[in-house]
This record gives sequence, C-alpha cells and structure tokens, in this order.
Amino acid sequence: MKFTDSLAKLVSNLSWAARVGLFSLSVFALAALFAPIVSPYDPHEIVGDVWEPLSANFLLGTDQLGRDLLSRLIYGARNTFFIAGAATLLSFFMGTFIGFLAAVSGGKTDQLLSRVNDLMMAIPTLIFALVVLSVLPANMIVLILVMGILDSTRVFRLSRAVAVDIVVMDFVESARLRGEKTLWIIFREILPNALSPLFAEFGLRFAFAVLFLSTLSFLGLGIQPPDADWGSMVKENKDGIVFGIPAALIPAAAIAILTISINLVVDSILSRTSSLKGGR
Amino acid sequence: MAAHQSLGQLIIRRLLLGLLLLLMISGIIFAGTELLPGDVAQSILGQSATPEALKNLRLEMGLDRPPLERYLSWLTNLAQGDLGTSLSSGRDIGEMIGDRLGNTLFLAASAAIIAVPLAIFLGLIAVLHRNGIVDKVISISTISMISLPEFFIGYLLILFIAVHLNWLPSSSIIYNSMTFGEKLQAIALPCLTLTLVCLAHMMRMTRAAILNVMSSPYIETAQLKGLSAFRVIFHHAFPNAISPIITVVVLNLAYLVVGVVVVEIIYVYPGMGQLLVDHVTNRDIPVVQAVGLIFAAIYILLNMFADIMAIIANPRLRHPK
Amino acid sequence: MPVPHFLEVSNLEITASINMPGDIPKKITLVDNISFKLKRGEVIGLIGESGAGKSTIGLAALGYARSGCAISGGSIKINGTDILQLPTKARNKMRGTQVAYVAQSAAAAFNPAHRISDQVIEEAVVHRLMSKTEALAYADDLYEKLGLPDPKNFGRRYPHQVSGGQLQRAMTVMALCAKPDLIIFDEPTTALDVTTQIEVLATIKNAIKDTGVAALYITHDLAVVAQVSDYIMVLRHGKMVEFGSTDQIINHAQQQYTQELVSIRAMEKEEQAAPDSRPLLQVSHIDAAYDGLNKVLEDVTLHLHAGQTLSIVGESGSGKSTLARVITGLLPPLQGSIVFNGIELSAGLKNRDLEQLRELQMIYQMADVAMNPRHTIGQIIGRPIEFYHGTKGAQKRRETIELLDQIELGEQYIDRYPAELSGGQKQRVCIARALAAKPSLIICDEVTSALDPLVADGILQLLMDLQKEHNYAYLFITHDLATVKAISDSIAVMYQGSLVRFGQKSKVLSPPFDDYTQMLLSSVPEMELGWLERILASRTMQSADN
Repeated sequence: MKFTDSLAKLVSNLSWAARVGLFSLSVFALAALFAPIVSPYDPHEIVGDVWEPLSANFLLGTDQLGRDLLSRLIYGARNTFFIAGAATLLSFFMGTFIGFLAAVSGGKTDQLLSRVNDLMMAIPTLIFALVVLSVLPANMIVLILVMGILDSTRVFRLSRAVAVDIVVMDFVESARLRGEKTLWIIFREILPNALSPLFAEFGLRFAFAVLFLSTLSFLGLGIQPPDADWGSMVKENKDGIVFGIPAALIPAAAIAILTISINLVVDSILSRTSSLKGGR
Repeated sequence: MAAHQSLGQLIIRRLLLGLLLLLMISGIIFAGTELLPGDVAQSILGQSATPEALKNLRLEMGLDRPPLERYLSWLTNLAQGDLGTSLSSGRDIGEMIGDRLGNTLFLAASAAIIAVPLAIFLGLIAVLHRNGIVDKVISISTISMISLPEFFIGYLLILFIAVHLNWLPSSSIIYNSMTFGEKLQAIALPCLTLTLVCLAHMMRMTRAAILNVMSSPYIETAQLKGLSAFRVIFHHAFPNAISPIITVVVLNLAYLVVGVVVVEIIYVYPGMGQLLVDHVTNRDIPVVQAVGLIFAAIYILLNMFADIMAIIANPRLRHPK
Repeated sequence: MPVPHFLEVSNLEITASINMPGDIPKKITLVDNISFKLKRGEVIGLIGESGAGKSTIGLAALGYARSGCAISGGSIKINGTDILQLPTKARNKMRGTQVAYVAQSAAAAFNPAHRISDQVIEEAVVHRLMSKTEALAYADDLYEKLGLPDPKNFGRRYPHQVSGGQLQRAMTVMALCAKPDLIIFDEPTTALDVTTQIEVLATIKNAIKDTGVAALYITHDLAVVAQVSDYIMVLRHGKMVEFGSTDQIINHAQQQYTQELVSIRAMEKEEQAAPDSRPLLQVSHIDAAYDGLNKVLEDVTLHLHAGQTLSIVGESGSGKSTLARVITGLLPPLQGSIVFNGIELSAGLKNRDLEQLRELQMIYQMADVAMNPRHTIGQIIGRPIEFYHGTKGAQKRRETIELLDQIELGEQYIDRYPAELSGGQKQRVCIARALAAKPSLIICDEVTSALDPLVADGILQLLMDLQKEHNYAYLFITHDLATVKAISDSIAVMYQGSLVRFGQKSKVLSPPFDDYTQMLLSSVPEMELGWLERILASRTMQSADN
C-alpha cells in the first residue's frame, strides 16, 4: 500500500513530458513481456516481399528478407531490454559498492581504486569494447559482462563522488566514533542519502546501455543473426536507405523513442529532487 | 598542496602523468587482447581447426613466448614506428593506416571546429535567457538530441538530403587528389552528423558550468555594483567559466571519438573507425591493437591538453601566493 | 532648514515563494511593514536573529531581491527618488553611484579572476565618475587610510593572495571608491576572528566618520552594532520590535525581546575547585599534523576532572578542533599520550574498545549535518542505546522517550525527521544522542556558534543542568569568550597550535596576562557605548609605552 502511494506521489510530481516518457516506456516493456501474444507474426518467418511498405497487413512493413518488421521489433525489444538491463544492473551493483567502499575507506584504498578506475576511463568505452570483443566470442553473456564492467567505471565515479560528499558529514563521523562497522555505514548512513541521485543515474546508464548495445549490434559485434535486437535490425536494413526505403529508420526510431523517454523521466526526477538537507 | 607548486611544475607534472598513462594504456590494450580467456589462435581459425594448424599459428604469432616478453617486444617495435603486420592480409599495418588517420582527423576536426563554438554560444544564450522560453526549447531539444543514436541521425540525413533532395552524396568517398573544396563537400554529411551528436552534450554541460559560476557570490557583488547584464556575464562570469568549459568540451570530445567510428561505417568513409571495425570482425588482433592504441592515445592527448589549458586559465594557479 | 533624509524606507514588504517538491507553491512574508529614515552621516544598525529579514532589507535598499524573493510593497526613496520605480538602466546607475554594498564574506564576494584594484575601481570607472588613473590614485589613498599593508602595491594582487581581514577592508574600499552617499554593511565582521574584527570595525567606523556617508549596519551581534551606530532597529521574524537611539536600546530597552538580547550571556557558572584526585582525562605532550609534517598541535598538555567543564578557547587556526579530533582518535597524534580514567587510550579509533568509545561522546557545531536526514529522531537517539547497551523493543523506546523528556522535547518528536525541527531542537537531539551512550565525558565542538544567541543560551543552560544532575565532564571547544565565562571550571587558551595559558577559570581570566590572552580578552566587544574608542585608546597608549 505504502509503495503504491509513494509511486502515485512520484508520478504526480512528474512533469508533463516525463509522464509521456513513462507511458511509452510502459508500452515498450509490456510489448516485450507479452511478445508472443501481441506480435502478429513469427519474427523469423518470411511472410511477404522484400521491403514491403507499411500496410494493414504489415503495420510497419517488412524487412530485407520479407519478415514482418513489427514482430521483429517486438521480439528484438526483448533482447535489447534484457541485455541492456542486465548490463546496467551489473554495472550498478559493482560500481556503487566499490565506489562507496572507496569513499568510506579513504586513504590508500581510495587512491588505488580511483587510479585504476581513471585508467579504465582513459580509453573511450566503445574503443575498449571493440578491442576486447576482437578476442572474446560474441554471445549474450560476454556482451553483458563487457558492457557491465566497462560501464561500472562511470557508476563508480558518480557513486564515489556522491558518497564522498556524504562521508564528510558529521553524522558519518559520529557513526564512526560510535564504533559502527564499515558495512553499517555504507548501507545505513550513506545509501539512504544517495538513493535519489543513484536512481536518476540508473535511468541514464540504462539509456546509455541501450544505445551502446545498439551501436555494437549495428557494427555487427553485438547480437548475432538469426537473433536480432534493434541495433542489428538497423544493420540488416541499412542498404535500403540509398534506394529511399526507410525500413532501417524504424528500429532506429524505436531506440530513439526509448532513450528519449528515459531521459525525460530522469530529467524530471533530477530537477525535482531536493537537496540532502531538506525533505525526505 | 597544488598552491605550493609553480605553474611550470604543474604543467610538467601533467605531461609526465600523460606519458605514464599512455604507457599503462598500451599495457591494458595488450592485456585486453592477449590475456583474456579466449584463445586467439582458436578464434582466428574457428572451432573446426585442426590441432596441427592451431599449433603452427601459435608458433607463427609467437604465442609460445611469455606474455611480458611479447608485450615488451611489441612496445619496442611500436616505439620504432613498427606497428606490425596484419594477420588477415599480411600487409604492414603502418601502411594500412597511412591516409586513414589523416581522413579521420580531418573529419573529427571539422566537426569540432563547428560544434565547439556553437555549443559555447548556445550555452551562453541559454544562460542569458535562463528559465525563459528560449532556454526551455534549447533544453528539450538537446535532451532529445543526446538520446538519438548516431545511425538514426545519419540515415535520416541520408534519406532526406542525399536520396530525396539529392544535394549531397550518400557515401563519402575521399581521396588525395581531391581539392580541399571537394573534400569538404564529401565530408559535409558525416561532419553534420558528428556535429549534431556531440553538440547537444557539450551545450548542456556548458550551460551547467556557466550557471554554476553565475550562482557565485561575486556575481551578486557585480550586480550590486550596478553593472549591465552583459558586463556581468562576460567580464565577471566568463573568465571563471573558462576552465570548467574547457573540461566540459574535452570530456565531450569522447563522443566525437566514438561517434566517428559509427559515422564512418554509416557513410562508408575510409578512416580509422572503419579499419577498426572491419578487423575486429576478422579478429585481426595486431591491427586492432594498433588502431585501438591510436584512438586511446588521441583521446588521452586531448585530455592532457585540456587539463593544461585549465591550469593556465585558473587565476589561483597563475598567480600563486 | 532641516537636513533632508537621504534614505526613506516606508512600509516595505518582501515576500518569497517557496516551491517544495510535491507541495503547492506558497508565499511567505520575509519583511513586513518596515519603515525608517536615514540622514547623511548617520548610521542605523539593523539587528536580529537569523530569519529576521535584516539582510533582505539591506539588499532591498539597492533595489535588489535575491532569486525567489520579490519586493511586493512599499517604497525606498534614495535622495527623493523611489529606486523600485526606476527602469533597469537608471537603477543600475543609482546602484553604481549612490549606494554601495559590503558583503559578509569578502573572500567569496571578490572575483578570483581579476586583480583587487580592477574590481575596486570598476564601479567608479564604468559609471564614468572618474577616469581610470584618478580612480586608481583614489583607491591607493583609501588603502592607505584603511591601514592596508603596502598600499601602493596592494591593489595589484589577486583576492586569494591576501588575508581575510585585509580582503574585508578592501571590500570597504570598493564600496567607498565610487564615493557613494549610502553604504550597506551586511555582517562585515561576522566571518572574522575576534582580534581581527576589532581592527576592521575601527576601520569601518573611521571611514564612515571621514566620508560622512549614511550607513545601514546589519549584524546579529548587539555589542558590535552598539559601537558603530547612532540608532538601532531590532527585528524579529521580519517585523520591527523596537527602534531607538543606541543609548535607548542598550541601556533602556522597552520591549522584553530587546531586554533579553541585551542581557544575553549574563549567566556565569560558579567555578568548582579542582579536586586532588586523579583527573578523568589527562592529555600529555601531544604533537599532531594532518600531513605528517606541518605540526598543527605542538606539545599540548592539559587535564579535566570528572563532572567539570574545561573550555578550550582560540581563534581559527589555533588547533582547538584538531585537539578534539586527537582525543576522539580520529587523528592519531605524532607523539604524546591520552590517559582516560587511568588507562592510556590507543592513538587510533580502530584499536579502542566499545566501552572506551561509549564513555567519550561528541556533539557537533552543525546539528544539521550531524544527524542523518533519513533517520527519525527515535532512530537517531535509539541507536546508541541499542548499540552500546543492547536494549531493544519497548524498553529502548521507553528510554528514548525519557531522553526526549530530558532535553525538553517530549514523546511527540520520536517519529519526526531532523528537517522538521528548528536549529535549537536539532542541537538538543544531538545532545540526547550523546547522553544515550551514558558517557562520562562529552566533547562539545562549537555547539552554540551556529545558533541565535537566545537559543544558544537555552542550550548552554540545558548542558549545565544535565551536568549538575549526571556529573558529566565537558570538553568545550569555542571561540566565544562569553560562552567560556558562562560555563567553565577551567580554561585552556590556544594560539597557533600551542597552549598559551591553562588553569582554573579565575586564574586564567585574571591578570597578569600574557600578551595574546590580553589581546583576546580585550577584543571581545562589550555591550556598552564607547567601548571601541576606549579599547583602541588604551592600545595606542600601550604601544606608545613600549
């Protein structure tokens, strides 16, 4: 009961744009969840001509082999959501825990962790991922691990910065003087105060993971055929563009709508979270 | 502690740090390709390879030697300008990179020359009209822009400008005998795409950096002196915003480095990005190592340059006690 | 012909709109129906606690309201023209030429990117009152007049290259440089140490006298305002409480609130003699440094008996807070020992046992950040009860309520969050949290300096009552000598990391003094007219003697 109440309160606080974002996010999520029910065709079956335009039969047309684009989009959403979501969760748990640990421990531990992190961040993520993927087999687990670990460096930096601001506050010192253990300080003193910036960051990281996965798939290094995600669908259909066939733009637009929606929601939350001192 | 060091010392320190970073990055890139659990020879030849063939390839690549020894010899060769030979084509990597590096830098630099001043200008405009309608429009459109994948912008531009309007070619062929003007025309679309990709990020952060400075007490002092809004922003806020803006701009050049890889694929542009992606797909590790290192080195040098500029722009460091 | 009033404020009303997330935006009145008049050469002091609206009034006199605030009623006439009715350009001209502002923190108010002189003369040059050369020459004059070192070169430096007290004087120069007719001083000495404050105060007073400007002097310290102003307006919650000449307010206050402000800190604890027994805390020969090199504390030795109060007094940089960190174990000393209850404490926090941690509790200056904003008052006070004594459930709640009663808050606060409490209430909760451990020594680090004087008095009274009842020993760290007089049994005076003077209160506060203690004691403003002149005169005579 309390959860639905606070959820309702959260929604009522969102801006008009953020509500639109939240709505389209739910539509995407539900479609992915109930893919077998809502998709009109089998995503792997050739059901029409090559690159048929939008019609009553094929709401979004067909792809370069004559498969239904809408069905492929719905099933592709599953891959996109699952891999991006799993990578974000991984990067988040790793990044926040290590980030908080660095902030609370301070001194040499912090120095070491921060320098290693700086080093990882000194290479642009995509370049790093390409280098690593040149050796590793391209499968789902590898993708999740590579994306999650590379992205955790960004989460580390933010969560450490947030935690460092909190750690210098007297209430943390007071807990230390009381004799509290490190884990208690992380979970009871710091975490409750870091939730709102971290929550917003989670959204941003997820949006970034969606873009990153799509880019990898677009470059042919992500999801491998016959499986598809939105990025690989753009790759499959891109040759049509020069003939004026917009099929590649449809999955690309889906990615754009998804990430815009996330950003709108996050932006609204960020602009409304109060500072540490006021409110709860 | 920094205040006790002179400007020169700080800059030299930063330069040395940059060199150290480069060395360590070379180690990471080497380790990333050589020490990961995947077997390089296996992945090149595929699952069906005979044990005999695998053994031969390993010997040929020197994989039987210890990793540190291989790293050191790779590094020594690099230092002498020898980037090694490609596994798939047997060609000299230095030769393969040749013009491509120039092409990529040309594209990225053209985008940066347009995007950086534009981002700072738009950021200033947004601050001048903050919370007004102009600011809101800029804010909503930039937040949408940063959410768009590069290929969405790229193919949209191709579809309308190249295919429907037929103003510009859809792929960017570029070669040495072209005149500068022809080259500019060839890269117009990829350059526009890249500019759009990093402009939004840069502008948002520039706006935030200037707003941050605008909330300082010395800005209130300036307003209470009865100075005009123009003088307050340009004489009092801007000098203090320079170093955060430089940091922001370079931070966002990362989007340029990443964006350039994708944009080269979209426009079939003969640059480093395409070379990298092609050879990642081929699992041609020496090429990937060399190109990856060049990308990382450019990014690190940019960062180092930005830090040094920020040090020079900081009055507290320029005029020590 | 009567002299016309230069500044006429009538029925001023200022409102602010508050937009809390999730709430309907609401308007609150910050300043309500304030009127006063000021002639050239006169000074009005605006005094009140935080939230009294005094700074807001000061800024309004320049036709300026901070973002979120709006001047919603009344008029402010400067030389007969209502500044609120002027268009932006004319208002800017008036700000630049006739009214100037001196902010509380000069360190933040100077732009770090420009030289001091460039900022000092900017106003005069931009508004075309002087040429650049004239303005620079005039500024050099003023530097000299205001006693800044090396006046010819002072202005060529950057703000971060000079000290806080010098910068505060430079801010006054900046205000004077455009030869304004009215200057607003907004807490110009509050951020300074007391020995620096007296110099800046004297400078400001002389500058006002010499130039004949009108001035509004805003402060929370009645003793300070009594030295510089002709009239005093007492404000509370945005309303005027009392207005009168300085003599009337200080010596014959009509309103009860004003009388309370005047008689503040009149309390004084009766000193207890030091018993012969072993002290509760013995600190011996402590050296400490943050970086292992530059000593912040040098050879500090002092002791404290059970049930007594030791005040450690000193200015910023004296090392008094560092000493507290050393005693608590947050900063292991380079050398020296801390003996507590007859047992030597290990230097670092990690090696102390739970019992030692429990016996020694700490209360902080900023109650705001000393409590986790996401924990309820019950959780905050209950945690040490459970942590040290293993008490849980109903018994823990009972003990928590008992503590809430002791700090005069009561049961109804148990489920509230810190943000719902006032500053004084928050500090009381912090006291309760310390008491919950049942300690024998409580370190109080500037616990009243962030509070308004009347609230601070309440906190000190509470601490003294608790001491009487439970025999706690207090180690009281403060820069405020009035507090020291009010609560101590023994006093330690610190200066630049060393102990200057240590002993029973009566001994430390009576002559013969060492030079530093003498200067420190004589720099504390007293609630009487003419104190500043008297003390400056006696200092001049002393230096003449030497």
